Amino acid sequence: MSGANPSPSQRPAALLPSEDARDGALVFIVGVLCFLTCLAVVAALAADRAAHGWRSELRGSATVVVRPSANETADAAAARAAEALAGVKGVDEVEALEKEKAEKLLEPWIGRNALPEDVAIPRLVDVELNDEHPASAAALDAALKAAHVDASLDDHSLWLKDVLRAAFLAQVAALAIAALVACAAGAVIAFATRAALQTRGDLVGVLHLAGAEDGYIAGLFQMRFARLAATAGLAGAGGAAVAAALARLVGGGEGLTPVLPVAWSDLLPLLACPPVAGAIAAVTARMTALSLVRSLT
Amino acid sequence: MTAASTDQLSETAAPEGLADAPVVSFEGVGLRYGAAPEVLKNLNFDLTAGSFHFLTGASGAGKTTLLKLIQMALKPTRGRIALFGRDATRLTRAELPPMRRRIGMVFADRRLLEHLNAFDNVALPLRLAGRKPADYAADVVELLAWVGLGDKMAAYPLTLSGGEQQRLAIARAVVGRPDLLIADEPTGDVDHEMAVRILRLFVELNRLGTTLLIATHDRELVARSGKPVMHIERGELHWPAGPSA
Repeated sequence: MSGANPSPSQRPAALLPSEDARDGALVFIVGVLCFLTCLAVVAALAADRAAHGWRSELRGSATVVVRPSANETADAAAARAAEALAGVKGVDEVEALEKEKAEKLLEPWIGRNALPEDVAIPRLVDVELNDEHPASAAALDAALKAAHVDASLDDHSLWLKDVLRAAFLAQVAALAIAALVACAAGAVIAFATRAALQTRGDLVGVLHLAGAEDGYIAGLFQMRFARLAATAGLAGAGGAAVAAALARLVGGGEGLTPVLPVAWSDLLPLLACPPVAGAIAAVTARMTALSLVRSLT
Repeated sequence: MTAASTDQLSETAAPEGLADAPVVSFEGVGLRYGAAPEVLKNLNFDLTAGSFHFLTGASGAGKTTLLKLIQMALKPTRGRIALFGRDATRLTRAELPPMRRRIGMVFADRRLLEHLNAFDNVALPLRLAGRKPADYAADVVELLAWVGLGDKMAAYPLTLSGGEQQRLAIARAVVGRPDLLIADEPTGDVDHEMAVRILRLFVELNRLGTTLLIATHDRELVARSGKPVMHIERGELHWPAGPSA
């Protein structure tokens, strides 16, 4: 292994060996953890979007069930209710559903043509509310009463509460998983740093006794693990981006499932994964290395 | 990123008034591991600046342990050790590295870095002292040539013979012209001719002002040098014992 004299202009060799047999395994494990973290982040964003969608859908409409009085037809009662509601401030559009539509809504529960002709089916009036300044349930109710329409109003507030709670829980769960997996990645890096330092005990000892400062030795391991983790973060984020993109492409505009609609903009936060993974690794590796080096006399 | 600038090195120079202080001073130093009996007992000696001593003694007598105390790799369980006029047992963590950079050490087990070639192994203390490759390359090349490794600068330690590794370790210890050089069996794996060359190198370093303490079993080397001998036996120091001890 003898050779020509090293050139003075050459960059000095890295004090830490450039390759370690365990580097590949570490990159794989951290990469998988980054992949799972990124998926959890995308899921949290999708849950947030879904919650907003459900909320605006439910808040943006109301349903009125009209019961005709003895001296008028159901169609006339529904028309009267629609007319009364159309004049309320904060109502964009009102539609009295025809009998066929009402029957179609009942089909899932009672089947087609299951009702005798003489059974009165309540008429429904669909009310589209203004997005920015929706009419309140009280205002709609007052308008119906003023028009002497026997009706009951469903502004979906009962459903909205449950939906929002479910969406909030989904978001919290996704973020908690992301945080937990990120912590696991940090722990893996700390473990790997400690193992690497112990394996490189000879090097650390020589540097220490030759006058290297604690921070200098820690810095060597810090840079090594920051690079490895950033590489793993890049691979994990890339994998998660591909998975999210597939979900989006397969499912169209609503994503793989309408419950978690993935948008292209959800992929942007994944760009932060490599630097964040690198930073977590740098801090963890530095703290671990400093603690071990300081245990030397 | 470097371990320290040359400015930091000068921070550890002996304060005014301490310039004439012994380079190494042991006062009532003892060392024990746990509850075991002391392995070093009540050591008292001074090594003045520019002195050259050999340290002899049977295996297990405490030579390496004494060198580790000087190197600040171990702390005494009693007594006081002063290095370059400063109490080494009271140095802060931040003060230790610059102090250590004034000490060159040849380890008995050499402790060469296997992933660095001969050139980079020798250059290590200079890198840690903050010097640039362009500044130290000529010194490293010259020193490697002097220890007979001029044609093996790109060789890695595992490809070198035991004697070549020993010479490499010595070159690494002396390349920074340390104020104090301590060596543990530096000629253990080299032939007589190389041992004489290494002795000449040590004498030359000593002539340039480096204080030396060399632990050895090589009675012939000690006799040839004519330098004073510190003899350690069962943890107790007897000195000066004279070249023939």
